[in-house]
Amino acid sequence: MSDPVWVPLLLSLKVAGWATLLAAIAGTAAAYGLSRWRWPGRDLLDAILTLPLVLPPTVLGYYLLVLLGRRGIIGETLAGWGIELVFTWQGAVIAASVVAFPLVFKSARAAFENVDGQLENAARVLGVGEAGVFFRVTLPLAARGIAAGVLLAFARALGEFGATLMIAGNLPGRTQTLSVAIYEAVQAGDDATANMLVLVTSVTCVVVLLAAGKLVPIGAGQRNGGGR
Amino acid sequence: MLYKRPLVALTLALAAAWSAHASAGELVVSAAASLTNAFKEVAQGFEKAHAGTKVILNFGASDVLLQQIVKGAPADVFASADQKAMDKAVEEKAVKPASRVDFAANQIVLIVPADSKANITALKDLERAEVKRIAYGNPASVPVGRYTQAALQAAGLWDAVQAKSVLAQNVRQSLDYVARGEVDAGFVFATDAAIMPGKVKIAVRVPSQTPVTYPIALTTREAAAKEAESFVAYVLSPAGQAILSRYGFQKP
Repeated sequence: MSDPVWVPLLLSLKVAGWATLLAAIAGTAAAYGLSRWRWPGRDLLDAILTLPLVLPPTVLGYYLLVLLGRRGIIGETLAGWGIELVFTWQGAVIAASVVAFPLVFKSARAAFENVDGQLENAARVLGVGEAGVFFRVTLPLAARGIAAGVLLAFARALGEFGATLMIAGNLPGRTQTLSVAIYEAVQAGDDATANMLVLVTSVTCVVVLLAAGKLVPIGAGQRNGGGR
Repeated sequence: MLYKRPLVALTLALAAAWSAHASAGELVVSAAASLTNAFKEVAQGFEKAHAGTKVILNFGASDVLLQQIVKGAPADVFASADQKAMDKAVEEKAVKPASRVDFAANQIVLIVPADSKANITALKDLERAEVKRIAYGNPASVPVGRYTQAALQAAGLWDAVQAKSVLAQNVRQSLDYVARGEVDAGFVFATDAAIMPGKVKIAVRVPSQTPVTYPIALTTREAAAKEAESFVAYVLSPAGQAILSRYGFQKP
């Protein structure tokens, strides 16, 4: 495969992989927190955390640019430590993880709320500590729902375009992901490259979906439950 | 009856809105991003002089506009920021070659953020290590990028600058990157730099290899050919030229 295709593909996979990891950890933690502790303002926080799902990516990109840019509130501090996010692949990771976050968060929250509290209490009665209850009872029971969210998050991160373009720019070999490369090829009238890129993107997505089907078989939960 | 069925009413309203968009007396002008401010005023002036005709403006990088027209976008007039994009338009038979005429000229400038401490006063300063990022339009699709590339190649600085490049989708994006201080310097047209005098300052006026002239032409679309013709005439008229010169454009 030629460079104009291979380089953006590898970059996209790298960015989506990191973004999914970040979104999975943060999304699961936030979902657990919100499903367990009741306090006023919980619904508002839930709405804010879900916002990236409904806001236009350009709005997110603008927020990120204003916050993380060299003159941004966070960006200025980071620049003092020598960390720059705008126009770097790490910036693309931040953009992709922000848009992918709600997908993990929503699925994980639903999964945690469906965990039977009696099972957790049973573990406590048997002398298991709180950390043990979480890792040996709650998390395994919620795992399928979280995994489904994580796979969706990966697919969304792989296709992220708007916010990425705004914060990471379009630097060939450095921040030019598949979707940005396609946009550029079409704008320049380079149909041959565009055709190649959309083909590769489509094949990659089919592979991801097939892998997802293998990892999280639809209906497996019901089968296990029914066999009791 | 209808009002009891909000879904039906909504569908009908949407259908009505759908069919309403293609009305008579509308003229679509696709113009280079650097013309944004000037052409908005040109369009107002034209509409005042030609009651009943509405100008719809579409701004973007010249090559992007060209691709849209080639792929069938309903544009009646094409105004490009360089000759190459218009050459391609003629080649692709997207415009009528006989209608092609230069209507404005511009200049390439190197700009830096207004609070820049890098002390850039010549193109060769871009080679210095503390200048990390330089924004300019992607030469593949943005005229200002092509002018920049030619000027830097002539100065023997292209490889050094290319290694620090942040490619913009159009000239206004380069301007925005410099104004926000996200890049250390950027190449734009003099007319773009003039829009944000408080945020950017001109470091170098760049000698261009080819004259920076803007051609305009009628597309091969016939739907509003008459209106399109009078729009081009208005751009070339003293009234149109006065507006362009107010925004810093020179005569071709």
